[in-house]
Amino acid sequence: MKLSRTTFGERIINSLIILAGYSSILFVGLILVFLLREGLPALNDVPLKDLFGSRWYPIEKYFGILPLISGSILVTVGAILIAVPFGIGTAVFLSEFSPPWLRNLLKPIIEILAGLPSVVLGFLGIQIVAPFFRRFFDLPTGLTAFTGAVLLALISLPTIVSIAEDALNTVPPAYRQGALALGATNWQTAWGVTVPAARSGLLTALMLGVGRSIGETMAVMMVTGNAPVLPGGLNALFMPARTMTATIASEMGEVATGSPHYHVLFFIGIILFLISLVVNLVASSLTLRSRKRSERLLS
Amino acid sequence: MKRITVFVIVIIAMILTACTASGSDQTPPPSTYIQNKGSDTIVNLALAWAEEYQRLHPEVRISVTGGGSGTGITAMISGTVDIANASRQIKEEEMQAALANGIEPVEHVVARDAIAVIVHPQNPVNQLTIDQISLIYQGVINNWQEVGGENRPIVRLSRETNSGTHVYFLEEVIRKGDHNNKAIFSADTLLLPSSEGIIAEVSDNPNAIGYDGLGYVTEHVKVLAIGTQPQGPFVLPSIETVNSGAYPISRDLYMYTRRDAPPLVGEYLNWILSPQAQDIVSRLGFVPIVTLSAGN
Repeated sequence: MKLSRTTFGERIINSLIILAGYSSILFVGLILVFLLREGLPALNDVPLKDLFGSRWYPIEKYFGILPLISGSILVTVGAILIAVPFGIGTAVFLSEFSPPWLRNLLKPIIEILAGLPSVVLGFLGIQIVAPFFRRFFDLPTGLTAFTGAVLLALISLPTIVSIAEDALNTVPPAYRQGALALGATNWQTAWGVTVPAARSGLLTALMLGVGRSIGETMAVMMVTGNAPVLPGGLNALFMPARTMTATIASEMGEVATGSPHYHVLFFIGIILFLISLVVNLVASSLTLRSRKRSERLLS
Repeated sequence: MKRITVFVIVIIAMILTACTASGSDQTPPPSTYIQNKGSDTIVNLALAWAEEYQRLHPEVRISVTGGGSGTGITAMISGTVDIANASRQIKEEEMQAALANGIEPVEHVVARDAIAVIVHPQNPVNQLTIDQISLIYQGVINNWQEVGGENRPIVRLSRETNSGTHVYFLEEVIRKGDHNNKAIFSADTLLLPSSEGIIAEVSDNPNAIGYDGLGYVTEHVKVLAIGTQPQGPFVLPSIETVNSGAYPISRDLYMYTRRDAPPLVGEYLNWILSPQAQDIVSRLGFVPIVTLSAGN
């Protein structure tokens, strides 16, 4: 009797846990269905040529989303170029070189950075960073894609550091001991053995950093100037840009439900969804491939 | 067994707290509660009115939020707010949507506003014609030299497209009030999400030109005198010049209510048109309508 009651209780707990596990699939599925239902009519409302045009001014029916896509890519690539050297470097320092007392000081500080609301960073950006860059680079305005990229780098840095550090910590100590025993210096061990061994985890860190950057809205909206300009060259990084997230955030509140503008904003949401899907697929396939390779090497 | 009992108790407790929480939401009686939402241009003014009115009538609660003229009108149409603040007139399609929803919007002009064109305090340019501003914002004029300033690039600043001020500026300045004119903002115009953002950038950047409601302008920026003809006269915005009609870029500010609004809302709107409430209008840098009607 007692036994059956226990198994009954256990079965309930088990099914609750399974339900919780499947619920995330359900939620993502529902979000996708909702996005598709609200966004796909955009293809019907706006001719494809106009939708992928170069001018975004929705209150006059210009629905060209190319400047927005390129704006997001520009800001994100800029952020990753800044954040990855800093982030991986910090992680390598924390896990390989730092004395324990310094690590115990640095890690909470990095976590505080992760906890800063992005609107606070945006405020600092508009008051301090943007005016500084305008003077420093002698730009017409400091509200540029680059300013956004710097803030995004700060925002994605904690993600990159903590995942990269985890990856480095999971490298078996025998690797380091072996390298040191062969006479390699600390630096040679870190650069030649530990970092390559943790490569898949570091790539995951990078990809999650990309995901964090492309989805960030508030700080970017405050400092990039939000001008929907199609980038013409490398100097576009130092000109204003408008991202997809900032566009949705600033226009969704005003738009009439069911209008072409409304559908196009959801269509932009679909594109963001697809981008984060691709980023995640790439991240997991990289992890998978390198694992297979290491498994092959070990066997 | 014991664990399951605890589990059940926790669940029941959670359900009970949820019930009390939803119950307490309904305590403020709707008859003394006014929801007011809409244009960011008016939000400070609406707040000042609400505070003063609540001081005079402690039994009335008024909540004021911003979000843009369209946001407020949409909320009024869907019946979630009593008063929509708007810096533009209601659009035909919004009127249709409201009527389709069984709500008849009533328009009240509650104040007037002038749009100030602003530059950095060290910019030597003091005056521009509407034509010059239009060409600057269309991206035809790109250097301050072309309008009598220094050899600097012009950085154009604007509110986001969801702002009533943006639409007003597009129609009355860039298109000069001509409905057949299809000119739009140059693509490289910076669209900033707040008035504060525009003031911050203009007060810091000598290349910038911006526009904003007169009520938002601070002493950190320089206000330009505006003319309709190249030979002048050029007029600085002030309560007098807006009331006399001499300053060309000014507009009415509106509150929209539903025809069958509770009497409380009507009393509030009557108070807003009183000299006492209109005094607050001029204190916040807007232009009172009572003075206007006295002047006419």
